[in-house]
Amino acid sequence: MAAKVITITSGKGGVGKTTATANIGAALAKGGHTVACIDADIGLRNLDVVMGLENRIVYDLVDAVEGRCRLKQAMIKDKHIPGLFLIPSAQTRDKNAVSPTDMIRLCDELRSEMDYILIDSPAGIERGFRNALAPADEVIVVTNPEVSAVRDADRIIGIIEAEEKGPAKLLINRLNPEMVRHKNMISADDVVDLLAIQLIGIIPEDKNVIISTNTGVPVATDGKSLAGEAYRNVSLRLQGNTVPFMDLSKGSGLFGLISNVFGTGE
Amino acid sequence: MANFLTRLFSNEPSSARQAKERLQLVLINDRTNLTPETMDSLKDDLLDVISQYIKIDPKSVKIDIAQEGREQRLIADIPITGGEQRRY
Repeated sequence: MAAKVITITSGKGGVGKTTATANIGAALAKGGHTVACIDADIGLRNLDVVMGLENRIVYDLVDAVEGRCRLKQAMIKDKHIPGLFLIPSAQTRDKNAVSPTDMIRLCDELRSEMDYILIDSPAGIERGFRNALAPADEVIVVTNPEVSAVRDADRIIGIIEAEEKGPAKLLINRLNPEMVRHKNMISADDVVDLLAIQLIGIIPEDKNVIISTNTGVPVATDGKSLAGEAYRNVSLRLQGNTVPFMDLSKGSGLFGLISNVFGTGE
Repeated sequence: MANFLTRLFSNEPSSARQAKERLQLVLINDRTNLTPETMDSLKDDLLDVISQYIKIDPKSVKIDIAQEGREQRLIADIPITGGEQRRY
């Protein structure tokens, strides 16, 4: 086994990186893979609450990097899904406590034992983002169909290319099919057109995402929610499967047509 | 509904359309690090230099940034005015 390291980043904050990390991790582990999710946002720890593991933290990423514990001790087992682990970020530490070299070393140590290592990057283009990018074999850029998120995604995609970590893959989060239909939201194909990178998934806006975050159980494990299905599809595509993009139009309108075209064009 | 009717009877593009068009311009500026002002002075300088060698009509010159995927390209279309015929 040699794990693939996938970094999830976005440039802009609040577009859903942490939710995406938790859900893609859960979906991959549900599929029988071993997955370690690393929260690389030092000082603003969040992946633990989204995964519902906040009460189990003893050691964190910085403890492991600085040698206060063995890496294994900083890995928290998921409550529900076997094979899923979290390495939580430090809440109180200086954000410069970890360097890109530390992250590469840490991931290399994990590679032999995991199928996938997912890194939840902090927002921005500073040190934390560089840490998250350094060990990446693949990068997913999360964006929302909204001007500021798309603009920041474009900046980040440029940096990823310059660092020779590209081409990144695009995850469009919180797409509202109803608003797209009324031409009040940029469509998924417009976002792809603007950013010119390969699409890995479209997550529809879905109230189940907030409900699942409330309880700390990733929506990807919810068989009925649309966002959960979309996340499971992302995990299948990451494993190299061809999965058509979901028809979010509910049977009518131009959007369905467009997303169908995407599905066959994949 | 009122919103829908307003849109139906006006020529204003939809908000999604406006978002895309604004982003197209912003992304070109971000990627090339060229503001519209810098672009204008680049054009002026370019025309000055070319005019030293050949006769051109500044009004028919087109200089733009074209996009192909994530690649930017500066495209200049500069028709040469016929002017005086050379005698050989």
